[in-house]
Amino acid sequence: MENFTPYLSLAGGVLIGISASILMYLNGRIAGISGIVAGVFNAPSFEEKAWRFAFVVGLVLGGAVYMHFFPITIAARESMSAILLIAGGLVVGIGTAMGSGCTSGHGICGISRFSLRSLVATATFLLSGIVTVYVFKQITGG
Amino acid sequence: MLKILSALVAGVIFGVGLALSQMVNPNKVINFLDITGQWDPSLMFVLGGAVLTTTLAYRFIFSRGKPLLADDFQLPTLLQIDRPLIIGAALFGIGWGVIGYCPGPAVASLGFGFQEPLLVVVSMLVGMLLYKAAVK
Repeated sequence: MENFTPYLSLAGGVLIGISASILMYLNGRIAGISGIVAGVFNAPSFEEKAWRFAFVVGLVLGGAVYMHFFPITIAARESMSAILLIAGGLVVGIGTAMGSGCTSGHGICGISRFSLRSLVATATFLLSGIVTVYVFKQITGG
Repeated sequence: MLKILSALVAGVIFGVGLALSQMVNPNKVINFLDITGQWDPSLMFVLGGAVLTTTLAYRFIFSRGKPLLADDFQLPTLLQIDRPLIIGAALFGIGWGVIGYCPGPAVASLGFGFQEPLLVVVSMLVGMLLYKAAVK
């Protein structure tokens, strides 16, 4: 186990849970990032686009402010080419749109309201992610 | 206006949570998925903390019948486990495993000034909109 950060991660998780709870308590909405991000562009009305845009702005702001005060060192990835990032991003986009959600919408909000669909989706992307990392490591010899 | 403000506040807290939990570091995400290598179980604590908090809060929130600033809770209506759900989730897992970014952390890292999240977010958006256009 390398760089295991149980307390920071738990605290961060609780904050994410608080955020998801605020969005449901006040606005009645699921905090699913893939859906919110796509909705900035394809939600049916200006009002629907506006709150999603505000959430995305907040997300960028929150990350940037934290990084400003507590810089996170992220090791550069030599093996990660631009083409790979773009291909991976495309697959994440298609997959989350087809599967109606990602780690936040299914993994957090869905499981928290005991949705079977979300439980199945979460198990599926975790398993698929684990297999992918394993296979990718064999290919790249990492 | 209040709904926009509450979404902004929720977004900021979500972004701080992702950064604090180090989920914005794709190396850490890949190490979590790398169960046969240098496994880093941190992400389980992120998910656990978030699910625990949200489960407890949702119980209280749903018992109130309606949200404070809107007429009703908008929850997904699909119930059956269908092919798009499984294939979509499996595809998402593949992309996630290769690049180490899921949508939240990719967006939350946009302000860091790195090239990686920008490439990921733009291509992710293209993927989402392409899929939506294809099934329409």
